[in-house]
Amino acid sequence: MVPISHVIGLSALLFMIGVAGVATRRNLIVVLMSIELMLNAVNLAFLGFNRMWADVDAVHRYDGQVFVLMVITVAAAEVAVGLGIVISMFRNRDSVNLEDVSLLKW
Amino acid sequence: MTALQVLFYAFAALALVSALGMLFNVRNAVAAAMSLVVTMVSLAGIYVLLEAHLVAAIQIIVYAGAIVVLFLFVVMLLNLRADEFAPGRQWPTKTAALLLVVAAGAHLVRIVSAELPEPAVPPAGFGGYALLGIALYTDYVLLVEMASLLLLAAIVGAVILAKRKLD
Amino acid sequence: MPVEVVVKTVFIILVIVGALAPVITWVERKQSAVMQDRIGANRADVAGITLLGLLHPAADVLKLLSKEDVVPLGANRFMHLISPLIAAVPAIVAFGVIPFGGVYHFGDTTLSLVVANPDWGLLYIFAIGSLATYGVVMAGWSSNNNWSLLGGMRASAQMISYEVTMGLAVVGVFMVFQTLKLQDMAVAQDTTFRLLGFLDRLFGIPVPAWLDWLRLPAWGIFYQPLGFLMFLTAIMAENKRPPFDTPEGESEIIAGFHLEYSGMRFGLFYMSEFIEVVVIAGLVATMFLGGWAIPWLSTATIIGGVGSVFGTGFATGLCILLHFLTFMLKVVVLIWLQMALRWTLPRFRYDQVMDLCWKILLPLSLANIFVTALVMLIAGSPS
Repeated sequence: MVPISHVIGLSALLFMIGVAGVATRRNLIVVLMSIELMLNAVNLAFLGFNRMWADVDAVHRYDGQVFVLMVITVAAAEVAVGLGIVISMFRNRDSVNLEDVSLLKW
Repeated sequence: MTALQVLFYAFAALALVSALGMLFNVRNAVAAAMSLVVTMVSLAGIYVLLEAHLVAAIQIIVYAGAIVVLFLFVVMLLNLRADEFAPGRQWPTKTAALLLVVAAGAHLVRIVSAELPEPAVPPAGFGGYALLGIALYTDYVLLVEMASLLLLAAIVGAVILAKRKLD
Repeated sequence: MPVEVVVKTVFIILVIVGALAPVITWVERKQSAVMQDRIGANRADVAGITLLGLLHPAADVLKLLSKEDVVPLGANRFMHLISPLIAAVPAIVAFGVIPFGGVYHFGDTTLSLVVANPDWGLLYIFAIGSLATYGVVMAGWSSNNNWSLLGGMRASAQMISYEVTMGLAVVGVFMVFQTLKLQDMAVAQDTTFRLLGFLDRLFGIPVPAWLDWLRLPAWGIFYQPLGFLMFLTAIMAENKRPPFDTPEGESEIIAGFHLEYSGMRFGLFYMSEFIEVVVIAGLVATMFLGGWAIPWLSTATIIGGVGSVFGTGFATGLCILLHFLTFMLKVVVLIWLQMALRWTLPRFRYDQVMDLCWKILLPLSLANIFVTALVMLIAGSPS
């Protein structure tokens, strides 16, 4: 089995790629996909540590995996509502470009 | 290098390459979404290597099989065209990006070379649906109920947001 | 061990994908012809022998292979090329967990006629069924065609909706058999249960012992009749077969998502639909109709009865043959059923398809889970 630090390193790399996507892309849908990538990276970190502490007492043995299931649930809910917002935005402004919804920017 | 280690590094490389593909695929939102699918499926492979079998199956069924299809559906519904990277002040942005990459690289080296304890030997059936299901519905039943309430709120919210105006 | 897996895989690819799927195209033509009181396609011949039209699948393949491969102008070439693969591979790979025969013991080796029997067998079917959506979606998008896009969008919405119902419909089966492994489900259906047993377990009315001979095979359809109907509906909708073929509605959106495909690429889409017909038949047979198990004649009875006369080795070999033939018979019956449904019912309207999923099948499947749990709580697990 690989050292768990490699798993955490992969998780960190994926998280950084996700952050780069959120920071630089202008298409709102791609920003949402980058957020999904960040959530996936976090899931990987949870599962890596869950595997490391797999022989802890029975009450807390599945903490990591249950948390990952909750993160997947939250991600599904967030994608549903986020895409609803994208559709509303497109109906109002005919564009999903982030720079077209910058009315509140100074 | 055992076969499992080779598999892990192969999946990791695939996940990284397709994540970068999603990041740099400016012209085509559908291609970016497909790269994300490849990332998620390779991550599911890594989850199986980490003895989280039910979570890997749920990752493919829910994440790769439904959430990204939802993204694709919206992309096709809105018939989106090409995108560009944010323009802006070129040299300050590029310098800041380079410095961030260097700092992140240093942190990454520190993370990867950390001395974490050896992974423990998991008990039999670890990560399978039976034991995880029992844990979910006995110790974490409150979380499951809250998750179902959250999903209900999300369903209602998404339906209302996507409805046309009632006039 | 790997040799065994390779042999089984080659068998599946040669027999099921290579031989059974083309025969189903013949079945579709002949069965529809019989149902519609006409003769059907019977002109393809080799030196004058027509063989009732059985040479038409071969003629079809030759025709498709010789056609020009057209990629429309402005289409995304890479996605256009790989979409048929992404649609076809999940259909073929699903055979990996469907058991063709039971578990047999030859001395101290065990032969199990299934390619793989992982702990999460049924979840594997759902996972690759989810991935099959992408072939259709990418085909619709990459063809640079309004009708294809419409077909692709309809297909994606329909497929992900019916995946939910498909999963919930089999939770009842999962609860009754207490396992996700398909081979174990088939083994659990290899026995019988008392027909009037429910009186005893649910209501406490004692059943006289002389009625114990009245037994039904312990098939999933007797434990979960509503689950059987819902699963069959949901997985036929997942396969985009008529009456659920709005994504390829021929009279509305020309050919939907496979509009811009010609030659063998269209052949791959066409074939993957028929291979999935066999997958559906195999899955429904395994979960609800006892799989390879012969009703009222369990493996132990055969091996005990025939083995005492002819020896255990011969009895086990006979068992393998009988079980495989039984499984094939059930698959053929279910294929006939799907074809009959296809040629009887007209295509549903798109909003009817969505209504059926979310407003009828989803509440029913949740009620099914609830009632199954209640019955299991009162009666104890089946035996």
